[in-house]
Parts: sequence; C-alpha cells; structure tokens
Amino acid sequence: MTSRGAALWSVAGLAVFLGGWESAVQSGLLPRMLVPPPSAVPAAFMSEWHNGIWLRSIGASLGHYLTGLATGSVLGILTGIAVALSPRVAAAQSGIARLLRPIPPLAWIPFALIWFGATEGAAAFIIAIGVFWVNYFATIAAVSGIDRDYYELAAAFGRGGLGARLRTIILPGAAPGILSGLRTGLGQGWMAVVAAELFGIPGIGQRMSEAAGLLATNVLVLYMLTIALLYAASDAIFQALSRRVLSWTR
Amino acid sequence: MDSIAPVVELEDLAFGYRDGPAIIEGLSLTVHKGGFIALVGPSGAGKSSLLRVIAGLIRPSRGCVRLHTRDTGSLRPTALVFQDARLLPWRRVLGNVEYGLEGLTLDRAARRERAQAVLATVGLADQAGRWPYELSGGQRQRVGIARALAVEPALLLVDEPFGALDAITRRVLQDELLRIWRETGATIIFVTHDLEEAVYLADRVLLLAGAPARIVREIKVDLPRPRPRDAVELRTQAGLLREALTETFTQGSGI
Repeated sequence: MTSRGAALWSVAGLAVFLGGWESAVQSGLLPRMLVPPPSAVPAAFMSEWHNGIWLRSIGASLGHYLTGLATGSVLGILTGIAVALSPRVAAAQSGIARLLRPIPPLAWIPFALIWFGATEGAAAFIIAIGVFWVNYFATIAAVSGIDRDYYELAAAFGRGGLGARLRTIILPGAAPGILSGLRTGLGQGWMAVVAAELFGIPGIGQRMSEAAGLLATNVLVLYMLTIALLYAASDAIFQALSRRVLSWTR
Repeated sequence: MDSIAPVVELEDLAFGYRDGPAIIEGLSLTVHKGGFIALVGPSGAGKSSLLRVIAGLIRPSRGCVRLHTRDTGSLRPTALVFQDARLLPWRRVLGNVEYGLEGLTLDRAARRERAQAVLATVGLADQAGRWPYELSGGQRQRVGIARALAVEPALLLVDEPFGALDAITRRVLQDELLRIWRETGATIIFVTHDLEEAVYLADRVLLLAGAPARIVREIKVDLPRPRPRDAVELRTQAGLLREALTETFTQGSGI
C-alpha cells in the first residue's frame, strides 16, 4: 500500500469510528448522560476556551510535565552513564535499583502529596520518577553497547582520558539509544502528569476531575483529546529534533 | 647507516594477555627513520598486537619499546591506521581527520586547515562534508590514513588496511601510500598477510610466526622504486617468504 493509500484508509477508519459513536448516541443506543456524542465536544471547547480554563490547564500541566521530564531524564541519563562505565557503581546501586524499580510511579503519589502538598512540585516528582527509570535503562544499554574498538581508537590518538572519551565517543555513540529512551519517557510523562493532577494538583487532570463531578462528559472528552494532541505534538517535535542530531545514521 | 637515526627500538620484547600464554617473546627490532617495514605472518601470530604494543595500547610483559621522537617535529609519536578504517560514524569526514588534533594545542582554525590539507593529500578534499556511511570502502580507508597523517606521527603504524578492498582499489591505495611515504619521509610499519603486497611496498619484510611468535625470517627488498609490480625479484622474494611460512606450519608451530 502506498503511504497516501494508508493515510486515506486511516482517515476512513477514523470517520467510521466517530460516525458510529455519534449515531449510537443519537439513536439512544448509548445513554447521552454517560457518553457524550462527538458533536458536543466543540461546544465544550468554546466554553473552556472563552473562560480561559483550557489554556490555563494546559499551561499548568505543561509546567509540571517539563520540570519532571527534565529532572527525571537528566538524572536517569547521568546515573545510567555512571552505571555503564563503572562496575563498582553498577554493583553498588544494583540492590537499590532492584528494590525501587518495581514500585510504580503512581504509588509515590501519597508521599508526593505529603512531602510537597498539592503543588507543582508533587506532580513533577511523580513524573520524574517514571521518566528516570526509562532513561536509566535506555542509557545503560546504549553506553554498554558502544563498540569497544572506538575506545581503542580514542586511546591511540591520545583521547583516551575519561573527559575526552565522554565527549567524543560515549555521548555521541550512545545518542541513538539515549534519545529513544527520552522519547519513551516523553510518553510516560503524560500518563503520570494527568494521574498526579487527578489528586488535586492544578492542571488538566484536576479540570477533568471537576468535570467528572458535574457529569460534564463532553468536557472530559475534550481534555482527553487535548492530552492526545499534546502527546502527539511533543512526540513530533522531539522526533524532528532527534532526526537532526542523528543525521549521521543512515 | 649511522647517519640515519633509529625511530623505534624494540628490545627483547614479550607480551601476552593476562593469564594466557605469551603471544610474542624475545622480539628485538630497530626501525630507522624513513624506513618501510612490512610485518607478515599467519593470522593470530600477533602482528596486530605488536603494533598495539608499539603504540602504547598494550603493555609488554617484558622488554621495552623505545621511541625516539623528540627531534622529529612530529605532533604525536605514533598513529594507527586500522584494518576496519574505524571512522567515527557521528563525525563528518573532516571531523574524523581532526580527531587526533583535538588533544593538541592547536586552535580550531589551525586544526581545520591542517585537516583540509591532509584530506587533499589523500585525494578527498571535496568529500570533507560527507558522513562516513556515504563513502566507499576505499574512501573510508583514505580518511583513516588522513587522520593518522594529520598528527604527523614519527612512526606510522598501519594494520592491514587494504585487506577488505577490491584488487584495483587496493593497488591504487598501495601506490598512494608509497607516494605519501616518499613525500612526507614517514617511517612506516605495515602489517599484512599478503606477501606480494609486503614485498611490493617495503624495504624490509619480517616474517612473524610461531607460538609464541618471533621473527623467523627477514628479507631486504632493495629493488629501486618505482617498482614494476611484475618484477621477477619481487616474485622470488615472495616465494622465499611463502616457503618460510609453509615451513613454520609443517613444523607445527605456526597455527
């Protein structure tokens, strides 16, 4: 199938999905109270737009998201590099990692609320935890996977010191793996941000929880779509950036 | 030969990997400035490892490597050309050539200028902005040679660089290496298992064989240059080497 054909089929599939949904509600097959028809979403958007809540919620969520993402990613990548390069560090942290890693990020929400209150810091903390592990494992794999022959090359040209090796071999060589870890974290971060906000931290999640209380289901759908859109946009931006960084790969 | 200074002296050299048997033992060798030495021998004889000992990448277990590089005006004592070219795939051609210069006290402009000049020497001046994956095998090997030449090593160590190339490219690059050697006055130790290549390129061919390996045969090739590739003398010399090589195998010590 050509890519144009695939796009057409994809649009057709989407149209069938939305059309089926709309008619199921209009015909009374699904109760309008519980399932809003897609046609009710634009009205929700107009009202959320006019009272300024839509943009404010997105702004708040983006703030948590970016803070948590940056913190978790940087710490995950740094720890991953240290673990991959030093057997001693690897051994010293392996017990801690085995203990903490299976704990789902959302299980940290109670502690986040106790430590930070219902603040931006709590949401960023939850996001950072999830993102940390993703980047940690991706970085360890990426750095360990670097062909050792490049280290020999570095040594042969007087660039075998740790600093020079980091800059000229390890970081560029591990970049594809590290970037794919970052991308996974990007998606995971959005899941965590909404979950954390459902507990009352201002943002998209909190607005959804308010709407749910009022059974404003079309508002709920609006914000679900908003999250999908934000995720798609951040992923697309990231892909474009990483294509630039990785232009040396085929 | 007194007027020609030695560039490297190996004295009773021995080495092996940890816990393993010795790879090379009791090897002594002096290479004079401007010399072109070929090291031949069966695979596994330790030719590549010997280059790495000379380059300081492997520590010998006995004996010493004496490099006399103080008065040569070179930027680095040795530089390696690898069998697999070993370009950094995340650097463009020019960046790869600059690699060895970055640890030196050269500013960016000087580095760039020198790298450009060396690229021109290997005939790749117009490829400076390409990625390694865009190059042919022969071009990649040229970049590897340029990277080594850029640091003007007192001793150029070349590890079987043309083994993976087709016959025509290989011949072109052999002649190019000879031209560079003549123009720069470099001192070269060249590892190969191709006996014809060894006698065509070098003044001295050393046959390394046995376990642990030693120099079992040395041949001087004093045919004037440029040498005709089909010279009878080259064929005779290669034949002698082949005989000696076969002998080490039948003695059961060469494998």
